[in-house]
Amino acid sequence: MSKEKFSSRRKFLLTTARAAGLAGIGALVWSSMLEESVAHSLILRPPGALPEEDFLKTCIKCGLCVSACPYDTLKLAAPGDHKPMGTPFFDARDIPCYMCTDIPCVPVCPTGALDEQSVTTDGELDINLSRMGVAVIDSSACVAFWGIQCDACHRACPLIDEAIIIEYDKNERTGKHAFLTPVVVNDVCTGCGMCEHACITEKAAITIIPREVVLGHAGSHYVKGWDEKDQERVKDATGATTHTELSKKSVLDNLNDDSEFY
Amino acid sequence: MRYLISRRITQITVMALYIAAHVWGLKILEGNLSSSVLLGTVPLSDPYAVLQMFVAGSVITTDVLIGATLIALFYGVVGGRMFCSWVCPINMVTDAANWLRRKLGISHVQKRVYMSRNLRFWILGMSLVLSFAMGLTAFELVSPISMLHRGLVFGMGFGFSAILIIFFFDLFVHENGWCGYVCPLGGFYSLVGKFSLIRVKHNVDNCTECMKCKVVCPEKEVLHMVAKHSATVTMGACTNCARCIEVCDDDALNFSIRNFVDKK
Repeated sequence: MSKEKFSSRRKFLLTTARAAGLAGIGALVWSSMLEESVAHSLILRPPGALPEEDFLKTCIKCGLCVSACPYDTLKLAAPGDHKPMGTPFFDARDIPCYMCTDIPCVPVCPTGALDEQSVTTDGELDINLSRMGVAVIDSSACVAFWGIQCDACHRACPLIDEAIIIEYDKNERTGKHAFLTPVVVNDVCTGCGMCEHACITEKAAITIIPREVVLGHAGSHYVKGWDEKDQERVKDATGATTHTELSKKSVLDNLNDDSEFY
Repeated sequence: MRYLISRRITQITVMALYIAAHVWGLKILEGNLSSSVLLGTVPLSDPYAVLQMFVAGSVITTDVLIGATLIALFYGVVGGRMFCSWVCPINMVTDAANWLRRKLGISHVQKRVYMSRNLRFWILGMSLVLSFAMGLTAFELVSPISMLHRGLVFGMGFGFSAILIIFFFDLFVHENGWCGYVCPLGGFYSLVGKFSLIRVKHNVDNCTECMKCKVVCPEKEVLHMVAKHSATVTMGACTNCARCIEVCDDDALNFSIRNFVDKK
């Protein structure tokens, strides 16, 4: 084995290891930057936006939706906005979505990140199908829940009495007044944010939050027995049996067994 | 100077048209360099951005596909990296940094930091791997190029800091560091323009070996034939910026159409 051959092999291995190491550093730094850059979950997207994960990979960040918006509602996230850079968003308290019936921001999208189909029924655009977020009321800050009369959000709602309804209740404190409290109907609310914009409290007591962040999911364990439509929801549900230490024996055996519970 | 002035005019006009479209609704060129609409009908898209989207698993629409194909074909014919020197607004930043660098003579006092010209291809490759692995457009989310051209139209935010980083990097760390070594978009376009038609041609008979062209060229390797033999610059890295043509006092460098026939 000549010395030279050994050293060139060694050189090759070291160069390869070095390249791999540098690429590894680069990939780790870069991927953590990316992770951080998309970590913001409380972001309101334009109407018809794909689910956030698909939106992030599909939006080309051209800003055509922003240019198309006649109310300057939409903005492109710039560095310092703490949002995935270059993607469109809006701040409802600042300027809400004013629900244009011709939805100018959606058809201009070249990539389909704003999906025209999702806001179309029978070949016609319908802004009420958009689901930009859902309004959530902080009942401890909302003065209507204190008993003071205010229905600013209800009046501002473009789907008045559909997306925000007013509930009546007796004010036991005074004995002669009523609570007139706003309630959001989650299935109908589009998340346009006109309520948040109109809210009279110092910091809005009604806020638009992305639907996937705030809405729950009952699953197929519970069914509204009194609602025929609800049966549809669970028609594909399958049973599941869980196996634990306790379920090895019959229930009676477990109850009568004096061994310790797990 | 005429090429420098034409380049500045093109760069500024493209950005001005984008700004005019957003601010005053002048519908000649809308959007930004990532994706735009020409005259309200023709879609144009950044093929590198579309490639990242595709790798990330996005469904590519016909509009974007047509747009990216048009741009790729255009630069494939006129010279891939003509985007870099004639359109990209970062070019003005790095040109300024490197001009200042030459004026101050920083290269004379500085130990050369070693970087490979191939770094951009590694970064290009890594951007595609990361796009695939993370389901995100890896370069687009951090690109200082987009920060600038998007920021000029839609608001900069703290984007100026990224531009300053590039300026100081080119000024103090490495000559032509960003455009010549790091930028994966430049790497991408140098691959796109591998067989482009418009090329700089060197005529050794006129050359007086003053080497001014090599001083000013941001991609010195492409001028390897200067003072040696007559040849066309065929390397994809050439940005067709024409700086070499402008500094040449001897008419030894000129634009020409690549001659595929007499290629050895």
